[in-house]
Amino acid sequence: MVVKKKAASKSKTSKTSTVKIDKDIIIRVCVGTGGLAAGSAEVIDAFYEELAKTGLKALVEKKCVNKTGCRGFCAKDVLVDVIINGDIATYQFIRPEMVSRIVDEHIKGDVPVREWLVGPDYHSFHERQTKILLKQCGQIDPENIEAYIEIGGYEGAKKALAWEPVDIIEEIKTSGIRGRGGAGFLTGLKWEFCRLSKDDPKYIICNADEGDPGAFMDRAIIEGNPHSVIEGMIIGALAIGCENGYVYIRAEYPLAVERLRMALEQARKKKFLGKNIFGSTFNFDIEIKLGAGAFVCGESTALMRSIEGKRGMPRPTPPRSVNKGLWNKPTALNNVETFANIPMIMTNGAAWYASFGNEKNKGTKVFALTGKVKNTGLIEVPLGISLKEIIYDIGGGVEKNRKLKAVQTGGPSGGCIPASHIDMPVDFDSLTRIGSMMGSGGMVVLDDTTCMVDVAKFFLTFTEHESCGKCPPCRIGTKRMLEILTRITEGKGKEGDMELLVELGIDIAHSSLCGLGQAAPNPVLSTIKYFYEEYDAHIRDGICPANVCKALRQYVVSTDLCKMCGKCFRVCPAGAISWEPKKKAAIDKLKCIKCGACFEACPFNSIV
Amino acid sequence: MSGEKLKITIDGIDILCEKGTTILNAARQAGVDIPTLCHDERLEPYGGCRLCIVQIKGVNRPLPACTTPVSSNMVVTTENEALTRMRKNVLELLLSNHPNDCMRCEQTGNCTLQDLAYRYGADGKIYEGEKWDLPIREDNPFITYEPNKCILCGRCVRICNEVVMAGTIDLVGRGFYAMPDTAFRKPRTLENCEFCGQCVSTCPTGALTDRKGRGKGRSYELKKVKTTCSYCGTGCNFYLNVKGDKVVKVTSAYDSPVSQGSLCIKGRYGYDFIHSPERIKTPLIRKGAEFVEATWDEALELIANKFKELIEKHGPDKVGGFSSSRCTNEENYLLAKWVRCAVGSNNVDNCARV
Ligand SMILES: Cc1cc2nc3c(=O)[nH]c(=O)nc-3n(C[C@H](O)[C@H](O)[C@H](O)COP(=O)(O)O)c2cc1C
Ligand code: SF4
Ligand code: SF4
Ligand code: SF4
Repeated sequence: MVVKKKAASKSKTSKTSTVKIDKDIIIRVCVGTGGLAAGSAEVIDAFYEELAKTGLKALVEKKCVNKTGCRGFCAKDVLVDVIINGDIATYQFIRPEMVSRIVDEHIKGDVPVREWLVGPDYHSFHERQTKILLKQCGQIDPENIEAYIEIGGYEGAKKALAWEPVDIIEEIKTSGIRGRGGAGFLTGLKWEFCRLSKDDPKYIICNADEGDPGAFMDRAIIEGNPHSVIEGMIIGALAIGCENGYVYIRAEYPLAVERLRMALEQARKKKFLGKNIFGSTFNFDIEIKLGAGAFVCGESTALMRSIEGKRGMPRPTPPRSVNKGLWNKPTALNNVETFANIPMIMTNGAAWYASFGNEKNKGTKVFALTGKVKNTGLIEVPLGISLKEIIYDIGGGVEKNRKLKAVQTGGPSGGCIPASHIDMPVDFDSLTRIGSMMGSGGMVVLDDTTCMVDVAKFFLTFTEHESCGKCPPCRIGTKRMLEILTRITEGKGKEGDMELLVELGIDIAHSSLCGLGQAAPNPVLSTIKYFYEEYDAHIRDGICPANVCKALRQYVVSTDLCKMCGKCFRVCPAGAISWEPKKKAAIDKLKCIKCGACFEACPFNSIV
Repeated sequence: MSGEKLKITIDGIDILCEKGTTILNAARQAGVDIPTLCHDERLEPYGGCRLCIVQIKGVNRPLPACTTPVSSNMVVTTENEALTRMRKNVLELLLSNHPNDCMRCEQTGNCTLQDLAYRYGADGKIYEGEKWDLPIREDNPFITYEPNKCILCGRCVRICNEVVMAGTIDLVGRGFYAMPDTAFRKPRTLENCEFCGQCVSTCPTGALTDRKGRGKGRSYELKKVKTTCSYCGTGCNFYLNVKGDKVVKVTSAYDSPVSQGSLCIKGRYGYDFIHSPERIKTPLIRKGAEFVEATWDEALELIANKFKELIEKHGPDKVGGFSSSRCTNEENYLLAKWVRCAVGSNNVDNCARV
């Protein structure tokens, strides 16, 4: 599909090798981690090669291929925009060998390669979102500070410099923005506490640890628009009054680290960072600290210990970090997405920001929409939007049009929301109320082929492994919960196991030291709450209703479908299948070891 | 501390305590016993074991008493049904990964875990599942480490880093398999460890024990004799643990004004000489090439006569006294007094001047 900016009169260009270009041509290629993994670097090379080869040297010299950050729809990478005189045509699934045809037919011949263009799903995916943060990510070159300045970048910081710190804080408070790191604490209030704390020096930290499996919005923001985070931190530093900032980012994000490094260097050259920033009397600089990739190091107190060079383990609060944080000094710590929102609030005003979202949940939030949904990727929506709109309008509905069973939000700390609650608004308070969590913004769509016990086990496996070991409820408690869940999925569940899980889960939630342990039981408790029968079926009847838990699977030959070929009979290692030529096969339940070999072998899908 | 007094209520008891005091210390002041495993007066509060969690009026989640400072008019409940259940559950979880072999454990009778299991009626039978099955580590001369008994209170790690500042051990690994160990899990040797035994002194379980004392008597069988270390003039106190007529172990004296329970390798482990057969038991007088046993009277008589001769012949200024830092202040004072008054010289010195 081609989006026409204006009714362009197509100039007729001849298809010769010496081409004079009288068109304004821009090619945009997504170079987020998703794009790069799909080969966008090779695609860019191919474009330059092809343009040079076909006599379009002028375009090569003009560097007409722009890199952009992730635009969210990673499932369709590599995504390429070809913009001719303002008309945007977007291609999906582009590989280097496809480039020559695009150059030939579209760039030279003005006829887009129709079959490679994105379909209507691409547009509905984007149109139903409210993009204020991600908009810039997919458009500007993240490696060039000028691209950010061109769209009004660093104006918020300049404005903040002219303001009194208390006024900045007031503006942020009025905007109503709540921290995007998971807990949803009011950012303006945090900054105020930090400013009022009577100790010096103070620190500001950006939490880019992003340890939730499946979450990648912070990475996408840093890769796609690193300067927005830097600007947000400058404004924060002005508000609380500090000269030193840190970005704590996991070393597993090499591209984001590289882009951030580049951005910091460029900002320093422009004197936006360092001594006397923007020609003022204010000094501020940012240092990058690489994390080794422990989930718990995303917890604020553990993160600070890690920066100090110690083992990243949380400590109890109070005292809060705004009073005794890094090096025991007042510290304001915020999430990447939180900081990235700040410049927009400063430039467009608190009222503009507060116009998105609902009463207590302002602004937009980026989610990683994954699982059994048609359109997967990063999406940005106003807080308070219903789950239904996200899944059906943006996500395009459940994959293969199956039945929606539940939505898991908040990553390993969150819970499962049953399909019956699909009309609920997605915001901090509603999610907590229902036993889940905003977390970092993971959103996994589960269909009726999913076993909820298995889902709970999956997430708990992660938290159990990532516990720092400091406190027994989390260290041993999650291990014991996981063992109970495992035995349930293996058909060895006992009467009373669910009660034990609930009791233990509640105790862990109440007595653990940090958010990791406190939230770890959520996936289990919420699935027991909403899918009690499913647990019960595993324990009492020895059945996995979704037929996922291998040990509980029952392999049966469907007499209707069996074509009597005997393949299953031949592969069964346990001799559990009886069959004779021209007779239908049958499986002896008692002998079956549930290896699944017959299931794989049957050419007619007659084993169910 | 500002000296400002705050009024708080703990289990219905009103007390005044200093601003900045933790709830745990305030409770102790009020005579209320809050259970702890990871707390040691010598260390920074940690909040790890979750046993000291208390309910504070108006706060929805229980908070650890050891790290939470009191605030004005705070109302604290240290035990109620929910807290008891959570404490018992923590103990059950700890015991579910513990050998529970108290019958033959070195630490029986002197083990906080055992005491608390008794107090809360925990027996480690609720949760089945994996247990650590790690070998006992006796890779050094002084410390036996039985990882299976470790509850990860982190006290050994913290005393080694905060008090000794040796940095020999830290927690290693994650989750269920996290445990205190040396870097790269190497043996404790003189290269990485001071052998001060501070870690042993703080361990609330039988995970770390004094190797030389193992099997020589349970804590309650041993007579504890408080004494002052004779190795140096610092004056650390400790308890000689005596069984029959033998010193089998040295343990910390936490009320010692000088050392507050801390000791170095010599004080804690340097007691072998007491029962050494090579120990000199009487004065020896050299006769020709031989040392011959003598009585104190004979020896002192000889020394006194020799000194007198020397003073008569060369004058008192040719005599001086040099004493040792291993002597107490009183002993050093007496030597100086003797040199000045009995000898009549001002030549007095001590090895500590270097
Ligand atoms: C186990 C655990 C992991 C966390 N991981 C992250 C993380 O990766 N990124 C993040 O921004 N916040 C994370 N948080 C939340 C932070 O502790 C903190 O609340 C947040 O960064 C504050 O920023 P905000 O006010 O902007 O939300 C984590 C919390 C816990 C308990
Ligand atoms: S709750 Fe878990 S991660 Fe948090 S401090 Fe305790 S053991 Fe560590
Ligand atoms: S003996 Fe002393 S130095 Fe060695 S590990 Fe224990 S506390 Fe540390
Ligand atoms: S060895 Fe002892 S002191 Fe060290 S963590 Fe284990 S139980 Fe605590």
